[in-house]
Amino acid sequence: MRDTVQPNRHVPDRLTSRAQRMLRSWEALLLAVAVAIFMLNSFASPYFLNAWNLSDATFNFTEKAMIAFAMALLIISGEIDLSVASIIALASTAMGLAAQYGAGTGELVGIGLVVGLLCGAFNGVFVTILGLPSIVVTIGTMSLFRGISYIILGDEAFRGYPADFAWFGQGYVYWVFTVELAIFAILAVVYGVLLHKTNFGRAVYAIGNNPTGALFSGIRVQRVKFILFLLTGLMSGLAAICLTSRLGSTRPSIAQGMELEVVTMVVLGGVNILGGSGSIPGVVIAAFVMGLVTFGLGLLNVPGIVMSIFIGLLLIGVIALPRLWAMLRQGRRAS
Amino acid sequence: MLRRLLLLRETILIGAILLLLALIATRFPGFIAPRNLAGVFNDTAPLIILALGQMVVILTRCIDLSVAANLALCGMVAAMLNVAMPGLPIPVIIALVIALGAVLGAINGLLVWKLAIPPIVVTLGTMTIFRGIIFLISDGKWVNAHEMGAAFTGFPRAEVLGLSVLSWIALLAVAVFAIMMSRTPLGRSIFAVGGNPHAAVYTGINVGRVQFLAFVLSGALAGLTGYLWVARYAVAYVDIAGGFELEVVAACVIGGISIAGGVGSVGGAVLGAVFLGVVKNALPVINVSPFWQLAISGSAILIAVAFNARAGRTKGRIILKSAEATP
Repeated sequence: MRDTVQPNRHVPDRLTSRAQRMLRSWEALLLAVAVAIFMLNSFASPYFLNAWNLSDATFNFTEKAMIAFAMALLIISGEIDLSVASIIALASTAMGLAAQYGAGTGELVGIGLVVGLLCGAFNGVFVTILGLPSIVVTIGTMSLFRGISYIILGDEAFRGYPADFAWFGQGYVYWVFTVELAIFAILAVVYGVLLHKTNFGRAVYAIGNNPTGALFSGIRVQRVKFILFLLTGLMSGLAAICLTSRLGSTRPSIAQGMELEVVTMVVLGGVNILGGSGSIPGVVIAAFVMGLVTFGLGLLNVPGIVMSIFIGLLLIGVIALPRLWAMLRQGRRAS
Repeated sequence: MLRRLLLLRETILIGAILLLLALIATRFPGFIAPRNLAGVFNDTAPLIILALGQMVVILTRCIDLSVAANLALCGMVAAMLNVAMPGLPIPVIIALVIALGAVLGAINGLLVWKLAIPPIVVTLGTMTIFRGIIFLISDGKWVNAHEMGAAFTGFPRAEVLGLSVLSWIALLAVAVFAIMMSRTPLGRSIFAVGGNPHAAVYTGINVGRVQFLAFVLSGALAGLTGYLWVARYAVAYVDIAGGFELEVVAACVIGGISIAGGVGSVGGAVLGAVFLGVVKNALPVINVSPFWQLAISGSAILIAVAFNARAGRTKGRIILKSAEATP
């Protein structure tokens, strides 16, 4: 699937300046789009420009973005995890089960994170130790993890979480800033530093660009990938805590289809789906763009399933348009 | 040698299916009565048809996650056509849904061929887009049994020589695909593209075009199954066959079709589907909640993929060994 032919690159005779590069970057374009959508929304609906409404709107992306950060690293390294939404279902079910036996908030959080980690480790073992392609493994675990939730829950639902558990999904840190938004902000910084400022981050890029080359330069490729699967699992566990706390109940169909939105967010953020490039600031802006779009459409009374058409088009369009553009430009240069 | 290995996978599967049937028969002899087995096959027919299309796609190193959504969309269109124009003959409806399914598959195929977008991304996207379109055209409403014509719902259930028309269509599809894969240039180029795309290019095969055709085939079968599904269950709504794409992929992987492309057989895909079908039908009989189904197909995918990889690895070793032995 990776045998794309590299087009003949135009070799420039001078380097572009840093400012120029930033202006022309994907992130700048995305930021412009975000501002445009923001302005469009505030014209389209009188309810948009309200601090509390905007605060509610952040729930559209915070949970997905938590996973998207880890997923961005995973995709940059050339792997993918389609089981994230099912990990949420399993972690949420485990927490619900524990809550039935009277577990407190602390234990519930621990259980959510540990189940997430275990699921990530399970994926990681299949991909890095058995050497299987991550797409198929995570398609398998996508039905396995959610399947276990169905076995435990059937058509029932868990309710009755402790009252202070609601803090994660419904609490506020300060004024309109939610706990989830704070977690999102902290994670953005953590993952930004991890990817852009550490050896580990460099290793992730190296693996995505050339796994064999990375191996020969002394990077423990399989170990790095395993850690990335662990991180993705952990983030899914964290998202499960937030989502469960926000909804206050668990059904086995919780977060169904969320993997699509997470992958879309990552790709929209400028991460190359084939691995090797991408940035955390891009993913952060993409999270805002998707949150603003879904919130704006919601204000205009567009039903959820129609919004998913937009998400699907966005996913394909974001990848297709630059390629079409490149093909057109190449065609013009050739003629 | 490759042939023997493939045969091995198929014999293993046949053995597993027979063992499963024997185990169930010890407790519930009624399960293996010919009448009931025909019912099980009838139940598995949609999975078999879709697994054939998915097999072709996977053989060319792609994957089609949009089959279930394609099925649902074509099924809804068939049902709405029947409601709007009750006089429309069934063959016309079938031709229309096959064409519509092929067009939807062609969209996937074009994006993969012309823009070189990874198939997983394309079909993940079109999966939700197709489901959304069903909502748009149906306005979220159901088309129920009483709105459909008797001929419309009766066709797949009609019995011919002890089997339903649905089962016969599945058998026909299996025969057509068996001939296509082994006896036509397209079938051989599908194997060539998956086995070694670079070599395929040098033998004059247009790799992208073959992948495109694979998606068209998969889409056309999904369209056909869409009508059969809606007519058989006599209901159409947005979420029919939700998550069925995973079962289809599971059937292929269990059938020994290598996700890395190029390795697999029609027999394997069919047996993989039959295996899952027997398990699915056996669950309620042995008093296991149907909620186990999802976890079982998930584990089956994982086990089969691990098993396939192992088989592939030993094959490689054997080839190396014989290469060393010859000089």
